[in-house]
Amino acid sequence: MNGPSTKRPYWRQHWLGLLLVVGVLLAVPFVAALGGQAWVRIANFAILYVFLALGLNIVVGYAGLLDLGYVAFYAVGAYCYALLASPHFGIHLPFWVILPCGAALACLFGVLLGAPTLKLRGDYLAIVTLGFGEIIRIFMNNLNAPINITNGAQGITLIDPVRIGDFSFARTSTFFGISISGPQKYYFLLVALAVLVIVVNIRLQNSRIGRAWQAIREDEVAAKACGINTRNIKLLAFAMGASFGGIAGGVFAAMQGFVSPESFSLMESITILAMVVLGGMGHIPGVILGAILLTGLPEALRYGIEPLQQAVFGRMIIDPESLRMLVFGLALVLVMRFRPAGLWPSSLRRRELAEATD
Amino acid sequence: MDTLLQQLINGLTLGAVYALVALGYTMVYGIIGLINFAHGEVVMIGTMVAFTVIVSLAGSGMPPLLILGIGLLVAVVACMVLGWGLERVAYRPLRHAPRLTPLITAIGMSIVLQNVAMIIWGRNYITFPPMIDKQIYEFGGASFTNVQVAIVVLAALVMIGLTYLVQRTRMGMAMRATAQNQHVALLMGVDINRVIAMAFIIGSALGALAGCMVGSYYEIAHYQMGFMLGLKAFTAAVLGGIGNMAGAMAGGLLLGIIEALGAGYIGDLTGNFLGSHYQDIFAFMVLIIVLMFRPSGLFGERTGDRA
Repeated sequence: MNGPSTKRPYWRQHWLGLLLVVGVLLAVPFVAALGGQAWVRIANFAILYVFLALGLNIVVGYAGLLDLGYVAFYAVGAYCYALLASPHFGIHLPFWVILPCGAALACLFGVLLGAPTLKLRGDYLAIVTLGFGEIIRIFMNNLNAPINITNGAQGITLIDPVRIGDFSFARTSTFFGISISGPQKYYFLLVALAVLVIVVNIRLQNSRIGRAWQAIREDEVAAKACGINTRNIKLLAFAMGASFGGIAGGVFAAMQGFVSPESFSLMESITILAMVVLGGMGHIPGVILGAILLTGLPEALRYGIEPLQQAVFGRMIIDPESLRMLVFGLALVLVMRFRPAGLWPSSLRRRELAEATD
Repeated sequence: MDTLLQQLINGLTLGAVYALVALGYTMVYGIIGLINFAHGEVVMIGTMVAFTVIVSLAGSGMPPLLILGIGLLVAVVACMVLGWGLERVAYRPLRHAPRLTPLITAIGMSIVLQNVAMIIWGRNYITFPPMIDKQIYEFGGASFTNVQVAIVVLAALVMIGLTYLVQRTRMGMAMRATAQNQHVALLMGVDINRVIAMAFIIGSALGALAGCMVGSYYEIAHYQMGFMLGLKAFTAAVLGGIGNMAGAMAGGLLLGIIEALGAGYIGDLTGNFLGSHYQDIFAFMVLIIVLMFRPSGLFGERTGDRA
């Protein structure tokens, strides 16, 4: 096998591929804009979910801690941004102050939840994180009385967009004769953040910490015997995943200009988890693929199902919204049925699986 | 005092329902270690089927109790078939897949069932026709209805029957053996596939029964009702120690009572800072606190880090 040589840096070996990826990433917002700004927004959400899924991948994929309440940290980040940059409290801090605040706050919540519960075994941890997610959502839903903090189910509106000096992400501006709309600007911001999280993921994968996580995932007792401080290392995975969730939440709030508890339901956590597992847990390209597919599929179905029904039956027989979700659910079931390790698993994982079924 | 008694009675009713649903989760988990997220949806389908049968028979002039009985029976049978089908189609091919794979399948199935139900029964709330003439009894300043009595008595009978099945019959012995060690059970001549299918079928039957109880108690049904109910029941199962049937029963009752008491007293306890709409957080708060001190649930066996 002529595996990649470790001598030359990664980018020198794969410069053509990387160039292609950069080219595609640059082209996407402009191609999508041909179909309307709505498609740019969908692309933005795809990248946002890539970010979230890679954050969760650290917790679930590397450390093997099943987290069903990941959206809680996303919510903390979003509300942190919303409260510090909206007329709700009349505070308008710039985003580079709030994003780290949101990440730190989410990290704090992660540690607060993780410290007492990380000794739990797999599925017990899953239900505790799930419960935590619900608690956060219920509080956001009800903290409008007696002191109005979160404005309850109505959510917080008129959140400031990302702004650097006079350069606002909400307006269209022109650079060198190319007009770039608000959503397109967010696209580039999101891509930059996604690249950051990808680099962190890659660097962590083969670091001392990353190997400790994988050791814990495979066998916690053995990992402990090897001298790994399992509690601290697990807590670190949890906190790191939570921080990424917090950052994603902040960007989400800025991009939407509106947050409400509805965006942070359990279903959202489950969707992000589905992205990680469906793509190929612990494998970065797989997770990216999973996130893009699961964001794109429902949108594609939204635009595909209505005309299809019209063409086949001549009228709407089945409510397109439920049909869309139906197809989504079936897709999850079918992918897992025929590719149990995910669409694009790492080669190591595929080998393990092949051995296990023998 | 009367608030306490009243909330205890309401909690007992709710807890009986949770316990029945929790049994479905815990039986499946005990045997194959899968969190069957679609179980809540099975409960919902049971309620909806019972509703359809009852409504279509309502004009036939049969006695209401008979109609309710037929509705219940049809719902139970339908859910048994559904549970069996779920296991056969979705979970069995994944028996040796990585741990999270069947979980995602279960979530996918839950989405599918919810939307099928929405296509069939619509997205609005459905009024569950009251088939029992409601009678209200007074007891020590608290009141309860005959529906509540029926729910608690029926749930108790079913749980006694299930305990008998698991502890005293050959099938039950096979189930316990499979839960302990699949491979050894297989060597002893236990038909593993049959045992696992049985766990799904029995669990779904209990779910259908619980669904009909919820329907008659709240007199309302909705295609999303299975979600929160399933979540609470699962919480109850974990509270008792997942995989442990007595734990699921106790956890269900406990959760129902805690929730009812919490909803009744939270205002007084926090000086009206938190109102009764925080009811739903009790289940999860109690869960987190209990698991902090007893990591395997209240009645769960202490297991090593690797099962």
